Amino acid sequence: MRVNEHAITAAVILGLIALPVWALIMDEPFTITLVTRAVILALAAVGLNIVLGIGGLVSFGHAVFFGIGGYAMGILAYHAQTYTTLELGMLSTGGTKFMPVIWLVAMVVSAFVAGCIGLLSLRTSGVYFIMITLAFGQMFYYFAISWAQYGGEDGLSIYIRNDFPGLNTLVPIQFFAICLALLCLVLFLMARLQSSVFGLALNATRQSAIRAETVGLNPMRLRLLAFVLSGAVTGLAGALFADLNRFVSPTMFSWQLSGELIVLIIIGGVGRLMGPVIGACVFVTLEHVLGGLTEFWHIYLGVILLCIVLFARGGIVGLLTGKEGAHV
Amino acid sequence: MSTILVIEQILNGLQFGVMLFLMAAGLTLIFGVMGLINLAHGSLYMVGAFSAAAVAGLTGSFFLGLIAALAAAALAGALIEMVVIRRLYKAAHLDQVLATFALILIFSEGTRWIFGSFPLFLDIPDMLSGPVTLPGGIQYPLYRLTLIVIGLVVAIGLWALIERTRLGIQIRAGENDREMIAALGVDISKLYTIVFALGAALAGLAGGLVGAIQSVQVGMGEPVLILAFVVIVIGGIGSIRGAFIGALLVGLTDTLGGVFLPELFKLFMETGAAQKSGSAIASMGIYILMGIVLVWRPTGLFGARA
Repeated sequence: MRVNEHAITAAVILGLIALPVWALIMDEPFTITLVTRAVILALAAVGLNIVLGIGGLVSFGHAVFFGIGGYAMGILAYHAQTYTTLELGMLSTGGTKFMPVIWLVAMVVSAFVAGCIGLLSLRTSGVYFIMITLAFGQMFYYFAISWAQYGGEDGLSIYIRNDFPGLNTLVPIQFFAICLALLCLVLFLMARLQSSVFGLALNATRQSAIRAETVGLNPMRLRLLAFVLSGAVTGLAGALFADLNRFVSPTMFSWQLSGELIVLIIIGGVGRLMGPVIGACVFVTLEHVLGGLTEFWHIYLGVILLCIVLFARGGIVGLLTGKEGAHV
Repeated sequence: MSTILVIEQILNGLQFGVMLFLMAAGLTLIFGVMGLINLAHGSLYMVGAFSAAAVAGLTGSFFLGLIAALAAAALAGALIEMVVIRRLYKAAHLDQVLATFALILIFSEGTRWIFGSFPLFLDIPDMLSGPVTLPGGIQYPLYRLTLIVIGLVVAIGLWALIERTRLGIQIRAGENDREMIAALGVDISKLYTIVFALGAALAGLAGGLVGAIQSVQVGMGEPVLILAFVVIVIGGIGSIRGAFIGALLVGLTDTLGGVFLPELFKLFMETGAAQKSGSAIASMGIYILMGIVLVWRPTGLFGARA
């Protein structure tokens, strides 16, 4: 059976709208929270897919940006809820609970850190790159643990979800709507990016960096830009994730999370527009269903993952469309 | 801040370093020969620690425990090589990362299933417990000193194995050209299984030895695995000598940084703030070291020049 990729896109987005609406009618707010979680993880993985899927760079440290987004939200909201000032050298602010500002800060800081990490780690390639991004992830993890001012190992609790003009974010379906709208916006931009000159050039560096360089492209600059964009998107997802749980902790920086983000993409399909979204939905469903059956659900996740890697290259989108995904 | 404290901390750093070397040597050997990035190496360390704790608990003998750690890790290594890893040699790095990530999940949850979530404890044998007086009147735990000696002995043994034996010749040849040595009549798939089992046994030995000074619990392998990655990135992937130097550098930086950076910061900051920022920076110390090495040499200290 061959399915058109556009049909998959439409079906997934319709499904993501229909399920929470059904849950709203049936009065099952927990289902809405689960779908919100899937949407936010999908957003983080869409960010990772820019470098992993199009650029072919296996970043095993994307939890860094997820965590930075989370802490950007946590720190700003913490100062706002305790009426303390945040001193940043010349600048001092009382924090904020206004979502768009938090998102902007999360994205800018993530992008800046991605630029710094990218400058160092993109000097290397292959296995070195995987290990270095992993190591940077750990560096931030340990830093967050020892950062006593913002809860250290225990993390920060934010009592009330942040504000968005015109909406009551504490109502699950309204917060879900914000997250889905952001995901759709980013997916639209991602689709544009894939067919843009930049996206094509980045794709070329994945297939052969030497050829790309010979025709006058600068792989380092392309990859760095991709890394920065990718970090910003994952940072935004981190801010939303922290808002969903009203809690941030160093686990948002953990290497398991970086691994899970890659897993989401692999389940769905590497380099596919909807790959991360489908992967996130499948992952959250598995987590919920298997997690309800047995405490040791990670064993089954491991076995499923092994089978996908060994037998089903191309993920679910690859199976449906009958084409293998990008080779990384 | 006395000399005795400094020497003690240097010895602690060395002890940590040589244990990291046992992990990093296996990783770098497996990468050098098979081109495989093995995230599940930390799980083999955990298997070693659990086997040691379980067997030592049953028999009351630490040394039987250590032998069990070596055997169990080598066996687990050979098993996963034959069932899973063998299919991954030609696969992309991404597939290797994912498949071995899946193995971590299976190993960790499997261990939790068998042994439960509570940590096990492994006692230092009576023969090796207590302090020993070093020249200069420094009291140092005998067990930690033994770890340093074992680590150095293994390092020399590994060097001899690779430089002086027939198996070592095959391993080195395998690093350079696998088709050619297969054509010369070496059973390459058996060689790969042996190398993998050897790396696994080293990780299991490290797990069993360290298990006596730390609690043995699920998830103990991953922090060490990531440090071992830092070690081989610094040393250069595929180089045993690099792994040795890198492991000592990382062990010393981590241990000395944690103790002396807060002290150093106290010279120009108030005590509380110095303690906080000192330990925060110290926890990042080895990554900063890695960053510096990479800017200077992107393929590590002893890695192949690109």
